[in-house]
This record gives sequence, structure tokens and C-alpha cells, in this order.
Amino acid sequence: MPLLEVKSLTKNFGGLAAVSHVDLHLDHNELVGLIGPNGAGKTTLFNLLTGVYEPSEGDVLLEEQGTPMRLNGKKPYKIADLGLSRTFQNIRLFKDLTVMDNVLIAMNSKHNEGLLTSILRLPRFYKNEEKMREKVLDLLRIFGLDSKSQTLAKNLPYGEQRRLEIVRALATEPKILFLDEPAAGMNPQETADLTKLIYQIQKDFQLTILLIEHDMSLVMEVCERIYVLEYGQVIAHGQPDEIKNDPRVIEAYLGGEI
Amino acid sequence: MKKNIRYNLIWLALAAIVYFGLFAAYNGGMINLFSDAIIVNIGINIILAVGLNLIIGFSGQFSLGHAGFMAIGAYAGAILSANNPTFGGFLSGLLVGMLVSGFVALVVGIPTLRLKGDYLAIATLGVAEIIRILLINLRGLTNGPAGIFGLPQFSNWQIVFIFAFLSILVVSNFIHSGPGRATLAVREDEIAAESMGVNTTKYKVIAFVMGAVLASIAGTLYASYQQSVFPKDYGFMKSIDVLIIVVFGGLGSTTGAVVSAVVLGILNMYLQGFSDLRMIIYALALIIIMIFKPSGLLGTWEFSVKRLIDKFSKKGDDKDASIRS
Amino acid sequence: MEMMIQQLINGLFLGSIYALLALGYTMVYGIIKLINFAHGEVYMIGSFIGYFLINQWQLGFFPALFISMIASAALGVTIEFLAYRPLRNSTRISALITAIGVSYFLQNIMIFFFSADVRPFPQAIARKTYSIGFIEVSNIQLLILAISLTLMILLQLIVKKTRMGKAMRAVSVDADAARLMGINVNRTISFTFALGSALAAAGGMLIGLYYNSIDPSMGVVPGLKSFVAAVLGGIGIIPGAALGGFVIGLIETTATALGFSDYKDALVYAILIIILLVRPAGILGKNIKEKV
Repeated sequence: MPLLEVKSLTKNFGGLAAVSHVDLHLDHNELVGLIGPNGAGKTTLFNLLTGVYEPSEGDVLLEEQGTPMRLNGKKPYKIADLGLSRTFQNIRLFKDLTVMDNVLIAMNSKHNEGLLTSILRLPRFYKNEEKMREKVLDLLRIFGLDSKSQTLAKNLPYGEQRRLEIVRALATEPKILFLDEPAAGMNPQETADLTKLIYQIQKDFQLTILLIEHDMSLVMEVCERIYVLEYGQVIAHGQPDEIKNDPRVIEAYLGGEI
Repeated sequence: MKKNIRYNLIWLALAAIVYFGLFAAYNGGMINLFSDAIIVNIGINIILAVGLNLIIGFSGQFSLGHAGFMAIGAYAGAILSANNPTFGGFLSGLLVGMLVSGFVALVVGIPTLRLKGDYLAIATLGVAEIIRILLINLRGLTNGPAGIFGLPQFSNWQIVFIFAFLSILVVSNFIHSGPGRATLAVREDEIAAESMGVNTTKYKVIAFVMGAVLASIAGTLYASYQQSVFPKDYGFMKSIDVLIIVVFGGLGSTTGAVVSAVVLGILNMYLQGFSDLRMIIYALALIIIMIFKPSGLLGTWEFSVKRLIDKFSKKGDDKDASIRS
Repeated sequence: MEMMIQQLINGLFLGSIYALLALGYTMVYGIIKLINFAHGEVYMIGSFIGYFLINQWQLGFFPALFISMIASAALGVTIEFLAYRPLRNSTRISALITAIGVSYFLQNIMIFFFSADVRPFPQAIARKTYSIGFIEVSNIQLLILAISLTLMILLQLIVKKTRMGKAMRAVSVDADAARLMGINVNRTISFTFALGSALAAAGGMLIGLYYNSIDPSMGVVPGLKSFVAAVLGGIGIIPGAALGGFVIGLIETTATALGFSDYKDALVYAILIIILLVRPAGILGKNIKEKV
């Protein structure tokens, strides 16, 4: 049974169908790509899967202990608790908070102390804070950000901000990670480093990853399967080699080389 | 862990110094009725400002309804004190005020805090006015617009000091913790916060309720000190007074709220004879601060015993990286 | 029954004043997304200007009205220039706090120079009452209605038929695009403030004439209620403000007729909260979703 199954997912904004009857599935530990021209509906699809938008039609089903659970209409924080986490196309870090705090917040629901414990500063509070901070540093270390834990997020250079978003998403201990253009604005070297990192975290954290990207070198190299979206519909789906040569895909990108 | 006990003890020591300083001043006959009023009002304003700063500065929800919750506390204290003019009556008034305020904030907050920015501001203003109008019109209970007077005075500088200290402590402990960070995340970016598992509605409401309860405590203390309650004292003007303190101090700084309450309280003492001029100056200052330093005079800077000690011992590790550097 | 109808008629007159104020709010909110808290104070100052023109310089009501409207328009433009323009790119909360600051500044300046006392507004037009069956209306009430409707029609003409009006509508929808099309956005915004303030001043003078009293705090509550009216009708939508104004006026007088006059203000605020929660776009508004 797939980990995530999407059936005929549709989202209408007024008269416009931003996403239209999309079928998609993610199996455990897969690295799947989602590509398509700008405005194809890729981020909208992410928003639908993570609960930011509610579907107009169709179903989003998550495998939870052997049975499919319908995610439609659940609030984003509940969906995050169920194991779906994401990064954003336009970085949405907590700008005026430190790197450490940004990641700590993501650990909130799984590791938090309660309101009373916090205010009364019971010994349990201190132990828990210590534990969480250790975990955050471990995560930051993987991405080379541990020395900057006290830096305000807004003061990080662009590439590190993008990496921080991924760390933050990982801190929610997700089963599925949605990465929205993680390599945007990166030069080839940074992209290559990011590619290695994505492989590594998928292995180390047993993740299923759905990746939106425009950088074809990244997509073709790491993805096991690729979905192609155009005008809100899936126009092609398959392995990288199939997609590379699919005439509909080539046309959608206006004859661009893939 | 030992480090944390050290920090806490230093906090207590600082508070003790202020307390005994005031104690000495009082016993040495340095404080007359006038300065006593200033000190008590500063304390009450600290409680109000720290609470409003939690709502506006930390959770990012622009509430103009603070006076409504203060009114609830004031009336609860007054009504129960009038019926039972003992310290027990005063305390029960305090408690009832806190409970009613908290409840109203919860019931009103859950639907209303879905609104954003200016709409939330006007809605909370409306809520405060509704509360005040209801209080005026329940004449049997509240004696209507004439208010209640002749209350026994149970608030004095010590009680106000204790509650001011406790409010600072509670809010600080809250903000430097998991739930506190979640609250800040709500302020920073609601959508990102939700996507990272933070129930934004829950934390907005928690901050709102906490702020309302603090406002209620301030109201009870104020009414008991003034020995009277007049509904016109808890209108929109009062919410603005507290807003001014918070904005001057820095939206998102408890330290700022405290410093501002103290400074403005002392300033008010000197501007006593010029109350209209005072408001003009404050209004102008509000405009100028918004134009040149919208985050308030102290911004989000927070006094931190931790940082002070670390600076002197050059030890602090990355682990202790905290809310504001 | 007759009392009810009489109160409904009264509601129309009250409503037309709220409508005049609501129009200013809605135009400003539509163009720069700011709740101009100081609007109620412009209404108040408009009435004070009229008061002084009639008392000190023995002007007639209409000349005083005209001059007051122009002076208040200038005041509105000045406020925008000094206090709101610097915050054009700030957060909404900063702008709102500034607006509150301006409101308090104006109120307290007036209190400082003219004391907080209530002053009698001169009866510049002799009061005459007409009876139509069991209904009583005064010439003042009819005047209020006539002037309000005239001004609203004038406003609608300006917005729909003039170039400046078109510019106002363009800037409300997308200021950057308007700028790229060669529209002087600053001037358009100033013009909007001028129009709104002139209407507010007219409202202030009409109310002064009607109730024969003015004071520096008279703008606060009507200001808030008119904002509720603007939201009720659909914020940013001009006919909505007019509609909202009349509805709020009618609701207030109906509540009074039914014996709830003590709670009429609370009722208006409750309506605000309900509208914001249930249908924030207002009666004539449309729903727009935020793109993530």
C-alpha cells in the first residue's frame, strides 16, 4: 500500500482549476520529483497535501498503521503531526528568531513541555530543554549550521536560509518531506552539495521525499519517479528516462532541452 | 541545571533589592501619599503592559480590548469587596475577576482571533466596549454609571509589587519555553508555524487569555487602591494608555514594557498639572516612534541575566542560544 | 406603531450622517488599506470650524459649510502627508498605531485650546417642524438628508466620471500597476483624503446644527460606528458605505424604539464582530483568498 495516495485531487479558485483531477502516489522511502512549467500548480498541490488549502474534489490518503486515513480538511498542524512536513518556495523562516529557535519550534508538538511545567520551571522543563537543544545541534551539524545556532534567521546568507528550512522541516520527524524548489537561486556547486545532502537525509531518516524543482540536473539524478504537471493536470508520469523523451513534456517546456 | 538555579537566584536577588529599597524608602518617611500613588500606579501599569505586550508584541495579535478585561477585574473586586469587606473578600474578588476574564477571553478569543491586523483591532475594541456597556447597564449589580465607591483599601505597594513581579516572572518563563516559542512563531509567520505543527489558534488564545487575566488582576488592584470603580475609567482611552506604554517600550520586549511603565509613571508625576499637554505629547511621540522606530524604543531587546553572566564568564555554549541575541 | 415609524424616519437622518462618515473610511481603506482612526476627529474639527465661522464671522450656514469642507479637506491631506505617507511601506499595525496617535493628538489639541466642554452650536437655520400625518420631520432633518444625498451623488459622479475618480479606482486595485500606467499615486491618495475629509466635515456641521452641541470628543463614537457601517456595507465599496450608514442608523433608532437605547452602542459593536466573523466582505463585498 502506498504511503500517500492522491486520487483525482482538484482545487478550484473561483472559475480557475489550479489543480485538476490529479492522481499521484508515494511509496515508502521513495524520492519522487514533481516538475512542470511555472504556474502549473505544483506549489498549489503541495498546499493541498499539507492542508494549507482544502481540496474542492478528490482525496488525499495517508497510510497510517495499515489503513488509509483521509487528510482532506484537516488543519495543517494536524497534518504536520501525522508526519508530513515541507519547505516553502519563497522562504518562510521565522526571521526575527535565532536558528536554534526556528528548529526548536518545529520540535514543539512532539517534544514540548506543557504550559504549566514551563511556567513553573519544574525540573522536567530544564531536562527537556537540554535534550531538545542537543537534538537541534545534531541536526544543524548535518547541514553545517551548528556554529550559527545563535544567529537570527534573517541574517543568514541565502543558501544557508534554504538549508535551515530543510532542517526545520526535518525536526518535525516527518515520514514525508515536501521540498519546494530547495535549489532555487543556488549555483552548480551548491546544487551538487544539496543533491548529496538530500540523498543522505533520505537514507539516514528513512524519508519519503516529493521534490519540486526546476533544475533538471538535480531532478533527473536523484528522482526515482517523476510526475509532470501542466495547467494543473498530470501530463506524464514515469522514470526519468521516459520523462526525458516524452513528447508532451518536451512540448510543455516549449521545446526546451531536458 | 545548576546554572539555571544560579540565574533564578540572581533574578530573585534583584527583585529583593528593589523590594527592600522601596521598603526602606517607605519606612524612612520618604514616601508621601502622592509618591505612593505613583509607585502603586507604576506597578499596576507594569502588570497591564506586560500582559498587553504578550498579546501584541509576542503573539502578534493587535488587541485594543485590554480595558474591558481590566474592567471585569475591577468590578469583580469591587462587588465582592463591597459585600465582604475583608481581605478574604478582596482575594475572592481577585480570583473571580481572573476566572471571568479568562473565560470571556477564551470565548471571545477563539472566533475573533481568526481575524487579522486592523480588523482584529476594531473587533477587540468592540468587545471591550460591549463589556463596559453591559457593566454599566447591570445596574443592580454594578450601580450603573455612578460606579461603586467606599471600598476597603487592600492594595498597597507590597501587594502590587508582588503581583508585578509575578506577572513579569510568568510571562518571561512562558516566552522562554516551548509554548512561548510557538507563540513567537505565530507572530513571525502563521502559515509556516502551522506547517511545522504549531496549532496557531491555540497559542493565540493562550496569549490572549493570559493577557486578559493579567489585565483583570491589574483592574482589581486598581479599584481597591482607588477604593472605587467608575465605568468611564475603563474605556478605549485606557486601552490606548496601555498601548502607549507598550509601544514606547518596544513591541516584543517585556523589559521594555517594564522600563516604559516606570519611566512614563515618573514622567506623569512631573506632568501632573498638564494632563492635556501630556496626552498631546504622548500622541505626538507615538506618531514619531512609529515613523522612525516602529519596533518601539527598546525594540525586542530583552534584559537577560544569562547574557550578563555569560559576558562576564565568557562561557555560554551554543546550546543556550536564546530568543534574542 | 407610530413611534416605530417615527424612529425609522429618524434612522434615515442619522444614517445619512453615518453614511457621510463611512464614505471617507471606505475610500481611504480601499486605497491604502488603513483604518483612518483620525477620521472621527476631522468630523469634529469640521463642526468646530463651522462653529467659529458662524459665531465669530457671522457667516450663514451654507457659506460656513463650504469653507469648512475645504478647510477640512486640507486638514485631511496634511494628516496623510505628515503621518501616513511615511508609513506607506510599514506593517499595518504600525500604520494603525499612528492613526490612533493622530486621532488622540487632534482630540487633545482641541481640548487643550478649547476645553473639553460641550459648546452650543449656533442655530444658523431656524428650526421648523412639518407634520405629515402622524410623522414629524424638521426642516433640519430634511436638510441633512438633502445635503447628504447630494454629496453622495456628487461623490459617485466624481468617482465614476472624472479622470481622478478613475485614478482612485485604479490605485485601490493595484497601486504599482497604476503607477506604471502613469498615475500620480501620491496625488490620487491625497485627493481621496481630501474628498473623505470634506464629507466628514459636512457631517460634523450637520450634526452640530441638528443637536445644537459640539465638543472635542464628539467624533469618537460616531467615528467607530461609521467604520462599522463601512464594513457592514463592504469595506472599500462606495455604495456599500452609503448602504451601511443607513442600515446602522436604522438599527440604532429601531433599538431605541424597542426600548434598548442603553444598549444601542453595544449592538452596533456586536454587529461589527458578527459581520467580521461571518461575512467579512460585507453586504456588497466579494471574497478574496490569500495566495500562499
